[in-house]
Amino acid sequence: MTFAVEFTQVSRIFGQTRAVDNVSVQVREGEFFSMLGPSGSGKTTSLRLIAGFEQPSTGSIRIFGQEAAGVPPYERDVNTVFQDYALFPHMNIRDNVAYGLMVKGIGKTERERKAEEALEMVALPGYGDRKPGQLSGGQRQRVALARALVNQPRVLLLDEPLGALDLKLREQMQVELKTLHRKLGITFIYVTHDQGEALSMSDRVAVFNNGRIEQVDAPKLLYTRPKTTFVADFVGTANVITGALAERITGQTQPFSIRPEHISFATTGELPADRLGVAGEVADVQYHGATSRVEVQVEQKLFAVMVANQDADDHALPVIGSQVQLSWPVSAMVMLQAG
Amino acid sequence: MSTLSMRQHGVLRSFSNLLYRRSNLYLLLLLVPPLLWFGVVYLGSLFALLGQSFYTFDDFTMSVLPEFTLANYKNLFEIANADIVLRTFFMAVAVTIASIFLAFPMAYYMARYASGVEKGFFYVAVMLPMWASYIVKAYGWTVILAKGGIVYWVIDRLGLTQGLEAFLALPYVGGNTLSTSHIGRFMVFTYIWLPFMILPIQAALERVPPSLLQASADLGARPAQTFRNVLLPLAIPGVIAGSIFTFSLTLGDYIIPQLIGPSGLFIGTMVYTMQGSIGNIPMAAAFTVVPIVLIGIYLNLAKRLGAFDAL
Amino acid sequence: MRFKRSVDTGQPRAPHWLKGLAYGGLVFLHFPILMIVIYAFNTEESAFSFPIKGWTLRWFAEAAARQDVLDAVWLSLKVAACATVLAMILGTMAAAALYRRVFFGKDAITMMLIIPIALPGIITGIALLAAFKMLGLEPNFWTIVIGHATFCVVMVYNNVVARFRRIPHSLVEASMDLGADGFMTFRRVVLPQIATALLAGGILAFALSFDELIVTTFTAGHEKTLPIWLLNQLTRPRDAPVTNVVAMLIMLITTVPILLAYYLTKGTESVAGSSK
Repeated sequence: MTFAVEFTQVSRIFGQTRAVDNVSVQVREGEFFSMLGPSGSGKTTSLRLIAGFEQPSTGSIRIFGQEAAGVPPYERDVNTVFQDYALFPHMNIRDNVAYGLMVKGIGKTERERKAEEALEMVALPGYGDRKPGQLSGGQRQRVALARALVNQPRVLLLDEPLGALDLKLREQMQVELKTLHRKLGITFIYVTHDQGEALSMSDRVAVFNNGRIEQVDAPKLLYTRPKTTFVADFVGTANVITGALAERITGQTQPFSIRPEHISFATTGELPADRLGVAGEVADVQYHGATSRVEVQVEQKLFAVMVANQDADDHALPVIGSQVQLSWPVSAMVMLQAG
Repeated sequence: MSTLSMRQHGVLRSFSNLLYRRSNLYLLLLLVPPLLWFGVVYLGSLFALLGQSFYTFDDFTMSVLPEFTLANYKNLFEIANADIVLRTFFMAVAVTIASIFLAFPMAYYMARYASGVEKGFFYVAVMLPMWASYIVKAYGWTVILAKGGIVYWVIDRLGLTQGLEAFLALPYVGGNTLSTSHIGRFMVFTYIWLPFMILPIQAALERVPPSLLQASADLGARPAQTFRNVLLPLAIPGVIAGSIFTFSLTLGDYIIPQLIGPSGLFIGTMVYTMQGSIGNIPMAAAFTVVPIVLIGIYLNLAKRLGAFDAL
Repeated sequence: MRFKRSVDTGQPRAPHWLKGLAYGGLVFLHFPILMIVIYAFNTEESAFSFPIKGWTLRWFAEAAARQDVLDAVWLSLKVAACATVLAMILGTMAAAALYRRVFFGKDAITMMLIIPIALPGIITGIALLAAFKMLGLEPNFWTIVIGHATFCVVMVYNNVVARFRRIPHSLVEASMDLGADGFMTFRRVVLPQIATALLAGGILAFALSFDELIVTTFTAGHEKTLPIWLLNQLTRPRDAPVTNVVAMLIMLITTVPILLAYYLTKGTESVAGSSK
């Protein structure tokens, strides 16, 4: 099987820093693939390696089975939506969208028709005569999308495209991007530092940390079965327990994670065989609407516990300063590699 | 199906691809023409000049011999030549000091009080005379200072002719007439290089955030104290930058000393005479080393005094 | 230079004496220019006497009929045009090479571009002359152009490099990403973006070259550019009226471009200024 994009032991070194460090990963054709990680983790550099803006220091990148080394961006069948949109300020919207067609030598009427179609696709029909400066951030984002898609690339690269938008607009664009992806059937590679965004949109997610990929999995597996302490911590909220405390609870030093929603308060000291637990002192109680978050101090570790707020107010939350016993089912625990 | 399907052919495209793969080659190709120009034409000339300052000039045959000698540099310290160097140096210092005092209030007003249209107006109004033809400005002053010209007319109308005469009789300042006096030459120099002092000071003052001044006032400083303790130290780099211009440009000028002021050579006029009528390029070259050394010393001094620390 | 509103919080209005000094300084700066303009219309033939006795346009016609004036104007225009074109090419190349990449020797190269205007013109002039003599080159039209281009490059470089730094690099990447190769990207994206800065730099270079005297006296040989013509005139008081008219003309040719350059780059960056 050929992959849309395949990294084999790829590194990109800038001076002393290994921005991308020995990464191997395969992106399947037609999937919505996200690269998730904190800033400086190597996800954007990986994207730029695919686009051709950077060259790998070592290793090989194949795009649909063909070696990409030495192939300049303008000869790659991939297009990019830039974080800052990168619309050409001296051209109107129509010329921006038609730019890729123009440089390929497609005639004026043909490319203007296609540009208008692309603008319709992103719900901006009739905006062709405006200049980028006259558009809102969200509109510019759509133009950038149209400008990339009008070239019918087989892979669309998106570099934190929603980063500059406010929350409402971002959620709306997430839905639209997902719809667009289903409609076009091409491969989307999406770079983001927002784990919620990555989980809700992607078929698969690669979690980057320090230039390496910690885990590649479907969102649900990433959440329920994180492999490393970094992934457990970065994706969703988790109580990652390591070292002596882990040993006290489980009898072994291997770190593990337990999600806040799986922890409950027990009244008696004796735990059933299928549960584990630890005692601590309530440090804080935060009301979050549908849920409340209780923070419990156990030695140096602050445990987060999520409690569903019942519609009846008889569900009593613990009081700050009180001693509580935490417990959770053994099956909900995930054993981790130190990350 | 080929995915890297957009391959095109052609010489330009192949060249573009080559530059993509070899980004250092791209950089090199861009740099070679300017480097050739500046490295070979310009620096080459400067070194050729420096080299010639060690050549021997034969006074009898009036020709340059490529024989190493330090005689030209020794000659610099002869009374007549040292006199020229000192005269030029003191003029450059005087012009620089005068420029600072004239420029500071203008730059201060531009940076702190003028805004919007007025600031744009000031900026253009300072830039225009700076760029306007140097020789025409110098010529304009010969017209202004000429006997029977506007300055003499105004002084006459004010009944101060006697005072002017007395003033021109002073040594080191005066001269026969305004246009052949030291003070006249000094005025023209100051006028010509003044904009080069205003703009750097203005730029330095402009960079001082208003919050700094507010903080100073908030901490109890009176306006004069804020000016002395906050604004002035931050303006020093601008003053230094401007003074490099006024100092260096005055040191090297040789047109104004010819047009205005008493006889008595400047470094510039000396260089010009040496290479021109006499053809003694080695001596002329030795003279040009003087301003370079003086500017070097000045920059070094300014750096030691921490003038650039605030940058 | 951007015109942000200066202090408007709690700062008192400018004291009268300061405002007076500032505007007084402006008057001082413009006074000789005004005098040149006035004397160009003066009826009197020989002297610079003030007040002016009468007004006339006669000297304009007389200057326009003088072959030596026309020759000098034509030569200066040709020199300035050639030096400007050379400076625009070299300055843009240097700016493109230096604005983004960091490499060994970069600071030295930047420094080298600035030296010709930081050192007194007389040094540049005599250095070039010495080099020409060593090479056995007789001063001619092209030696003037070489001298002028050397100090004009930095005008173009300063303006263009400032603009380059303001163009997001993602624009270049976007163009390449959309299928344009290096040359197409330069023509369709980079050039339109730097156009006004390049033009402003070119205009400044032109004005600087047209007016240059100090370096030119060394590299011109027997050629007479307009400033050299004017300098020679100063020893001929009989020609004063024609000299006055030409002086005003030079003033116009050097100041109008500055205004143009200023408006071309207004609101984006300062017209990198310094000359001679």
